[in-house]
Amino acid sequence: MTTLQRLAWRLLAGIGVLWGAATLTFLAINLSAGDPALAILGGPDAMPSAELIAQVRAEYGLDQPLWVQYGQYLARLAQGDLGESYRLRIPVLQVIGSQLGATLQLSLAAALLSILLAVSCAVLTANRPRWVRALVSGSELVLSSAPSFVIGIVLLLLFSFGWHLLPPSGSNSWQALILPSLALALPVAAVLTQVLRQELEDILEQPFIAMARARGMSETGVRLKHALRHALVPLVTLSGFVFASLLGGAVIIEMLFARQGIGRLMLDAAITKDMPLLLGITLLAAAIYGVVNVLVDLINHWVDPRSKSV
Amino acid sequence: MAPINSTAAVLPANGLIQAQARFVRPRQLALRPGLVLAALFVALLVLAALQPGWLVSADPLEASARQAFQPPSSLHWLGTDENGRDILARLVHAVRPSLVLGLSATALGLLLGTVLGLLAGLGPRLVDGVVMRLVDVLLAFPDLLLALVIITFFGQGALNTIIAVGIASVPRYARLVRAQTLVVRNAGYVEAATTLGLPRRQVIWRHVLPNAIKPILILATIGIGSTIVAGAALSFLGFGAPPPEPEWGGMLAIGRNYLANAWWLVAWPALAITLTVVSITAIGRELLRRNEGKRL
Repeated sequence: MTTLQRLAWRLLAGIGVLWGAATLTFLAINLSAGDPALAILGGPDAMPSAELIAQVRAEYGLDQPLWVQYGQYLARLAQGDLGESYRLRIPVLQVIGSQLGATLQLSLAAALLSILLAVSCAVLTANRPRWVRALVSGSELVLSSAPSFVIGIVLLLLFSFGWHLLPPSGSNSWQALILPSLALALPVAAVLTQVLRQELEDILEQPFIAMARARGMSETGVRLKHALRHALVPLVTLSGFVFASLLGGAVIIEMLFARQGIGRLMLDAAITKDMPLLLGITLLAAAIYGVVNVLVDLINHWVDPRSKSV
Repeated sequence: MAPINSTAAVLPANGLIQAQARFVRPRQLALRPGLVLAALFVALLVLAALQPGWLVSADPLEASARQAFQPPSSLHWLGTDENGRDILARLVHAVRPSLVLGLSATALGLLLGTVLGLLAGLGPRLVDGVVMRLVDVLLAFPDLLLALVIITFFGQGALNTIIAVGIASVPRYARLVRAQTLVVRNAGYVEAATTLGLPRRQVIWRHVLPNAIKPILILATIGIGSTIVAGAALSFLGFGAPPPEPEWGGMLAIGRNYLANAWWLVAWPALAITLTVVSITAIGRELLRRNEGKRL
């Protein structure tokens, strides 16, 4: 299979997944307890008149049979229309757009930080004396299993309220970005370090490493130039996982550090039962996940030409 | 392992022989101190879940305004919270809901995941395709977001939290079971059993399932830790039990407001969650390592 065919195939599969996700979303909106028309008018407490409900139904096409509504829903989705938020009365896409920047900033900072931490930690600690390994794998175990919000609270306790070094909340300055991105990055970095170190240790046993050493290359040079490149392959495969944990973690971290962003938006939507907004965010997350997976596949081929034949 | 099994599969009393072989094999007893501590902590958790009264005498719900925000002392070992309730008592009484959630959500995810995984791994190609695409769709939603959607959809409550966290973990188990089933399906002993004319159902029930399930059960042990975390996260976000009930996540959420002047409100629940997950994960990894026969 050529790269182009493969890409087309992956894209097709990705669209299929999105279609399934959209169908689930549609079912969730329509099966969720309560009449959508009532929700649009402000819930049962608003006690709208029967005519008003009928009017809203006609306006939103809710009087049509379900499969017609499904078709309309898919057609709107294809044009990038995710519907309107029940609570805010503005298009979901617009609401998301206004908050996306803050979350992207946080996740990108966390992603960079976790990769940086993982690579440096793994390169420094692979095949080192026993006590170093014990220390590092112990902290990896704790950091990779402790949830990000617990790590975030500990960071807050130490750096904001203990030593007063960094601000505890806000989303306007770069100082305020440090702690949340660190809290988000540490668990991910711990998992990545484990994989990377294992891989490095396996690779350092390979003949071509012995060859490089025999040519008189320094230990640092061997690790950085030869071993690291090979060890990065599984890291690329893991980026899907990285993305999912960053996005899931962002919901809690944004709440913990009182930051703006998609996470808070999602939480508000869940509390106020704003189904279109909640599901719009979910659908967007699924779409980004799909795109990331296709990209990961491509990058994998580029980094590791051997996988082309598979 | 495979060659022993494939000869054993020829004999009718396969299960018995396998079981005996497992007990005869000398166990490596190289236990590390960290692991012993982890096991002790889990035992303590189980005790706290079954009989919280044996560990603490204070009432986790008894509030008194004059006792509010007491730092750790000989009277209240871990201090008191914003309503003057004993934090140690609340921590201990919060163990039961956490463990129940962890165990039942994992069981739910494992059960549904196993059914889907077996269907995909053993069924015809069409079923495999449909099931795995469904799993792909579910996998595309981040866990916590999926759980949030399910809770918004079904409403709040302990049972719904279990369902939400459980369903969110289904796709991962389904994938694992399918992969494992495919490995076992092509193993020599299954081929032998099929060649001997064993009915299909019996081959699945007696050969495929037991061999496919063991590594998955071990991974599920680690999964209990992550479901406890997911439950604590939901409770931290305000989707757990209603306020007076003690819950680790909820305690953290309230303590977050008083970080500046009462560190003990968040420090202990944070420690409890971390120790719980780390202990369970450490035990799970040890089981995994032994199962794979890697160096200790």
